[in-house]
Amino acid sequence: MARITLQNLAHSYLSHPRGEADFALKQMDHVWDDGGAYALLGSSGCGKTTLLNIISGLLRPSQGRVLFGDRDVTGEETAERNIAQVFQFPVVYDTMTVRDNLAFPLKNRRMDAAYVAGRVQHVARMIGMEDWLDRKAKGLTADAKQKISLGRGMVREDVNAILFDEPLTVIDPHMKWELRTQLKSLHREFGHTMIYVTHDQTEALTFADKVVVMYDGRVVQMGTPEELFEKPAHTFVGYFIGSPGMNLFDARIEGARAHLAGGAVELGRSYGSVAGRTQIGIRPEYAVLTRGEGIPVTIRRVEDVGRHRLVRAEAAGQALSIVVPEGMPVSADLTHVSFAQDRISVYADDWRVEGSAA
Amino acid sequence: MEKTVNQKAWFLVLPVLVIVAFSAIVPLMTVVNYSVNDTFGNNQFFWVGLEWFEEMVTSERLHDALGRQILFSAIILAIEVPLGIFIALNMPKKGFWGSVVLVLMALPLLIPFNVVGTIWQIFGRVDIGLLGHTLAAFGIDYNYTNDPLDAWITVIVMDVWHWTSLVALLAYAGLQSIPQAYYQAARIDQATRWAIFRYIELPKMQGVLLIAILLRFMDSFMIYTEPFVVTGGGPGNSTTFLSIDLVKMAVGQFDLGPAAAFSIMYFLVILLVSWVFYTVMTNLDREEAR
Repeated sequence: MARITLQNLAHSYLSHPRGEADFALKQMDHVWDDGGAYALLGSSGCGKTTLLNIISGLLRPSQGRVLFGDRDVTGEETAERNIAQVFQFPVVYDTMTVRDNLAFPLKNRRMDAAYVAGRVQHVARMIGMEDWLDRKAKGLTADAKQKISLGRGMVREDVNAILFDEPLTVIDPHMKWELRTQLKSLHREFGHTMIYVTHDQTEALTFADKVVVMYDGRVVQMGTPEELFEKPAHTFVGYFIGSPGMNLFDARIEGARAHLAGGAVELGRSYGSVAGRTQIGIRPEYAVLTRGEGIPVTIRRVEDVGRHRLVRAEAAGQALSIVVPEGMPVSADLTHVSFAQDRISVYADDWRVEGSAA
Repeated sequence: MEKTVNQKAWFLVLPVLVIVAFSAIVPLMTVVNYSVNDTFGNNQFFWVGLEWFEEMVTSERLHDALGRQILFSAIILAIEVPLGIFIALNMPKKGFWGSVVLVLMALPLLIPFNVVGTIWQIFGRVDIGLLGHTLAAFGIDYNYTNDPLDAWITVIVMDVWHWTSLVALLAYAGLQSIPQAYYQAARIDQATRWAIFRYIELPKMQGVLLIAILLRFMDSFMIYTEPFVVTGGGPGNSTTFLSIDLVKMAVGQFDLGPAAAFSIMYFLVILLVSWVFYTVMTNLDREEAR
């Protein structure tokens, strides 16, 4: 087990990349602490799988280095790196029994037979396939196959890290939850570094201690689920995390005040004058409908989503979502919206700007 | 809804019936007719029952030809299938060279059978052929016209040259359909090259390989033109395979009755083997779908 460091890393699938746009992974430095449970979150095509394959050695980066602890493994084969990886779609060895499938990574490493048998039994119990061990893997359902793939990923105890590439895509929802819990307990039990790629934020937030959000080939933020929610470092994080995502308004920033199309908003902190495309962001949870305070709003629709209601509205010429707590009536005289001052984020060219005390 | 009964619909089937009758049923029935009659020409037929069949089943000549035929098919399958897989595994997967190799591989398949025969007939000649002459220059006593072993080697090498491409191309198609994730998982699991072949590639190629074996078996079991052009079935009877023997019997000796009985049994053997293959393949498919 080791800390994984990415230095100056970048990757392009073209042999002669011309500009930054040709890179699937933009230049980055990143450290994965030993024993951390990470989720790698981002929309499809943002470079998550590329990053994962570079860590496991399936892909050689165009530039930069990969370190395990202090050892440079950039040029090393997957086998030498001793890493487990589970793929999005099930990979099983059809002609083998479930037992042989689970034992395969151990047998290839010439482990002691008694140890292999014990390990296989243990993993089979974990994925709930003890009764299936002597069946051929061929002809099993997709989620049974994926459970075998997961099992093969977890069967080695001495791995440096376990990488999961959207492993639960093909699994039934109730089984998904169970397996995720299993992965968590596995993490607690063995303390492997785990990196879990997903585009499902619930999955990411429930699995990981730290969530890494990627956007367009870059890591835009790493933090606890709470940090991502409260202080999104990039507009993409604001929009991607949360349901619905953060409301963003184009605004001109002047000191401690933001000028929107519909009026001015006090920010509570001073930002001086900010260059570039400036926006302010507010979570739907922190916007409040009022009878006159704040900026004018037009309510379009009210959705009841169970625990609270969601108001779809329009303010300053832009769509806006507001979470209305249960019990608070939504009436026609609610004509304005005000934002909780200390929850407003300011962005310049999509990146968060910190203000100073006014 | 009431089902409409319209007997006129039968007329729509008529064209097909006529074509199939002329292309298959009538010729086949003619053969059946010959196989149970004796004829001296002039369309005079004498009923002999199953006599020709009895004669053919016990005929040593036919047994020898069948033995040679089975040996030939077994040898070429044993060479072409592993060799084809080996070539497919080493073919470039994509890019410029991928296309070039694909076209090169397809070339032998485009050459007409009798041309293939002629090429090898000349190629192997000791006096003017590149192969025969070169071998002679090295002091190797090679002559397919009077040495049975040399004749066999020539015919087998020719068949391998002509048809290994087919196996290779089918296996190649099978290999191309394996998702990349399998190879990645194998690398993660530290599988050896052999294990990758044994547990990933071979199982995934199973379907196409069965088709390749079926095609190569049927084709080689019916082989006629190429060995006929090269050796004419000789020296002696050493390369007289079933269909060459059949043609000798029917057209050479004009023994239409025995030849017809022979044809029918020949046909039944191929039908039987094809049926076995078909059953095996559909069973595999069903297992796959489960």
